[in-house]
Amino acid sequence: MIRDLANPTRFMSLSRALLPWVSGLAALLLVAGLYMVWFVAPADYQQGETVKIMYIHVPAAWLSLFFYSLMAVSALGTLVWRHPLADVSQKAAAPIGAAFTLICLVTGSLWGKPMWGTYWQWDARLTSMLVMFLIYAGILALWRAIEEPNRAARAVSILTLVGAVNVPIVKFSVDWWNTLHQPASVFRLGGPTIHPSMLVPLLVMAVAFTLVGVALHLSGMRTEILRRRVRTLTILEAERLDAQAA
Amino acid sequence: MIRSFRALLIRDLKLAARVGGSGMMGLIFFLTIVTLMPFALGPDLNLLSRIGPAILWIAALLATLIGLDRLFQADQEDGSLDLLRLAPVPMEVVVLAKVAAHWLVTGLPLAIAAPFLGLLVALTPDAMLAMVVTLLVGTPALTFIGAIGAALTASLRRGGLILAILVLPFMIPTLIFGVSAANAALGGTVPFATPFLILVALSLIAAVVGTVGAAAALRSGES
Repeated sequence: MIRDLANPTRFMSLSRALLPWVSGLAALLLVAGLYMVWFVAPADYQQGETVKIMYIHVPAAWLSLFFYSLMAVSALGTLVWRHPLADVSQKAAAPIGAAFTLICLVTGSLWGKPMWGTYWQWDARLTSMLVMFLIYAGILALWRAIEEPNRAARAVSILTLVGAVNVPIVKFSVDWWNTLHQPASVFRLGGPTIHPSMLVPLLVMAVAFTLVGVALHLSGMRTEILRRRVRTLTILEAERLDAQAA
Repeated sequence: MIRSFRALLIRDLKLAARVGGSGMMGLIFFLTIVTLMPFALGPDLNLLSRIGPAILWIAALLATLIGLDRLFQADQEDGSLDLLRLAPVPMEVVVLAKVAAHWLVTGLPLAIAAPFLGLLVALTPDAMLAMVVTLLVGTPALTFIGAIGAALTASLRRGGLILAILVLPFMIPTLIFGVSAANAALGGTVPFATPFLILVALSLIAAVVGTVGAAAALRSGES
């Protein structure tokens, strides 16, 4: 399957067929999830209605790590297996992951003000997430700095793999350092600690966010492939005109 | 391999001594940052001596960035890097030699100058000693981490700024444990050895990851 997709033309036709379904399903689940969040999920006995920020915050945090992991795997694909679409996937994933990281930071900050009494705290989880955002920003900057796509991809791959050390730090920061941010309550040994009435909307939102992310990633990859075709055609055309003039 | 390592090291040291530049510039930059701090914070010596280790560490971290963009760029421009790529020595050895030379020229002077700058922020003799030791152990980590960024941006015309954006997030752990080791030496609940040993570990990890990463980046940079 992965090897079949190495042909960009085949990827384009497959993704064209797939994209409307993924986008449609994402929209449907997002509507269902938001409906459950607003009208079905109960208000928390301690946090009141502000708990609803969590339904955005938590999926965004998961996806920020998910997209970084996707970038790291794609970086391996670029450097080790030389898969022709790996660097396209890597490039398309970077802005999406950065956006989810930003959403996570902003919603967390908005939730922190009424609950913790401060927009920002230098807590291990918050700080490592901010570093994550800085690493995403560095990756985006490096993509822009190197013009030739293949060289940019190899340079970014190395940076991405070095930056991957931060992923486990973000994930386990709440276990390693006992600080303000609450520990994991969904994916933990011994089962989730949150009530099903909140868990179900959260999981629906998580799936919806994932599908939104996948849809964005697919269309980002399609755009990037088309952009490279335009680039190649422009170079060929320039060379042809050059030969004509000479 | 040892011979080519030594040859490269001596070449880079000679270049640094004769062309001059980044080592001295780094020191002056270090001094400038430390001088700026009291202007921003006010000349309260009690406050300055309490946060002195933090000021010196931040200044040293920024000073290591000076000249880092030229680490591989100069060789890339005049073609020596292409010759080094063709040479029978592994790229890792080349990186190790160049980074070692760079650290001797830029990192080591920072550690030696730290006590004198410590006078400006009213550090106690104990704190000065702690600063020298932590900088001596910690700055190699900064140089090695910076080497990855320098290798990635070697062929960029304006690599300096992007280099800073790329490598600074990765220098955070070194900064944390450098400052906490220096502060632990001043007294407090944490024994000096705990953060100091982590700092040593960070330097060793950076030496491995930095050498391998920068070598991979240089190899992939050939066009």
